[in-house]
Amino acid sequence: MAQQLLIELQDVSFQYEFTQVLTDISLTVREGDFLALLGPNGSGKSTLLKIILGLLKPTKGTVKLFGEPSSTFKHREWIGYVSQKSNSFNAGFPATVKEVVTSGLTKKIGLFKRHLPNQQELVINSLKAVGMEQFANRNIGELSGGQQQRVFIARALVAEPKLLILDEPTVGIDHENVQSFYDMLTNLNEQHHMTMILVTHDVDTVASSISHVACLNQTIHFHGYKDDYDSLSEDQLNAWYGHAVRKIHHDNKVKQK
Amino acid sequence: MIESILHYDFLQNAFLSGIIIGIIAPLLGVFIVVRRLSLIADALSHVTLAGIAGSLYISQSFAALATLNPIYLGIISAVGGSVFIERLRRLYKHFEELAIPIIMSAGLGMSAIFISLAQGFSTDLFSYLFGSVSAVSRQDLWIVLGIALLVLVFISMFYKELFVLSFDEEYAKASGLPAKTIHLFFMIVTALVIAASMRIVGILLVSSLITLPVAASIRIAKGFKQTIFFAILFGELAVVVGLVTAFYLNLAPGGTIVVTSILILLFVIIGKKMVMTIRAKN
Repeated sequence: MAQQLLIELQDVSFQYEFTQVLTDISLTVREGDFLALLGPNGSGKSTLLKIILGLLKPTKGTVKLFGEPSSTFKHREWIGYVSQKSNSFNAGFPATVKEVVTSGLTKKIGLFKRHLPNQQELVINSLKAVGMEQFANRNIGELSGGQQQRVFIARALVAEPKLLILDEPTVGIDHENVQSFYDMLTNLNEQHHMTMILVTHDVDTVASSISHVACLNQTIHFHGYKDDYDSLSEDQLNAWYGHAVRKIHHDNKVKQK
Repeated sequence: MIESILHYDFLQNAFLSGIIIGIIAPLLGVFIVVRRLSLIADALSHVTLAGIAGSLYISQSFAALATLNPIYLGIISAVGGSVFIERLRRLYKHFEELAIPIIMSAGLGMSAIFISLAQGFSTDLFSYLFGSVSAVSRQDLWIVLGIALLVLVFISMFYKELFVLSFDEEYAKASGLPAKTIHLFFMIVTALVIAASMRIVGILLVSSLITLPVAASIRIAKGFKQTIFFAILFGELAVVVGLVTAFYLNLAPGGTIVVTSILILLFVIIGKKMVMTIRAKN
């Protein structure tokens, strides 16, 4: 069975006033892919994600989501999103972890409806998936940065999205937990067939679960299978990024447990 | 006191309006405070004043409109102001708070013109500025009730959307919620609550009933629903104690309600600190 195209960007360019941020980006993501989006700071990674999420409109080019033009795409609940260590959220906000995770169901429940019949179960399950069920009734502001980030992932998972987009999700999570965090992503991808787009610097840790790699620095320099990316020379990568970068190594610990 | 309330229509009007406002102002206030829009509520109340002053001037100048209830023009200018604030906030994306002084000075400036044109309408205006126990008419009560129903329907219909929008606006937009539309409705509803509350607490003190009970509630509540519950509880307490005191001591209820709110707030802050200290010792 041919895998469905979940994301299809064609010649997408974007500029903020006079600064060109993205130039002629063409990128496809298929069902079941685990795409790592790599690029230095200021390479336009977050902007690209915002275009995919419909938060920004490209100045040129077309975006298709699940085969439909982004502008008429109605099923945003199919796409889960975890932003960079939520700068958008207000830390003093008086809400419990449970309330925050439940808010991830808003689009799925739909306007003018209150809740889903199995809502309680969905919320508890997604908290379990990130190991935060014992914090369900705590206020979100009382948690550490890493715990908060887990709650935001639970919020994205609760609506059972087909595609999960994570923007540097391990920033703020302590080192020991990063590994188990990536195990969780691998599990979601392999067992639950959830498609993943991961923007990251932790290329070493995550490597084995990644199927595809895209290198971005204003434009896409490379997009293909991870194995092909691995065979690229360091010089080549350095030329694209303008400085030395680490490469993904095969001998990581993800699956050695 | 209860006897007087049963006996006098004006007291019934004031108390019933007060009790209704004690629910809707803190309820909406929770959303206003967590979205950091408290100052915008304050600015809107000054725009409402322009509408009230304008209406009082019109009533004075045109005999045919002498009985016009100023609350109508107050509502219209508050709603107009709320839409205008949104425009300004989008126009000055990087200076969002700039909308507040613009709207506030526009409101006060127009009020000053109308007040001086009319060469003062002291008693009436005073009751609009600081609230009144005796000036609430039956018609005012019906308007307050109508606005309250609208607010309750709006909040219960859009509760989950308002929650997401308040907690994390970017996430709300990314999940495809009609953020702009809901926000515009929210601002209009805020304007309506301000117009409804001014009869009791007065224009200059409206924002206190929206923010002070919430400020106290946030200190002790667990979760969002509890924050709403305590905010309404504190709001009600402030309104009832404030109105009774105002009635017996012949004071402006705006003042007594605000002072009661402040006392509740201090009590909560100090009480919480004491509980924390005792817990730490054990």
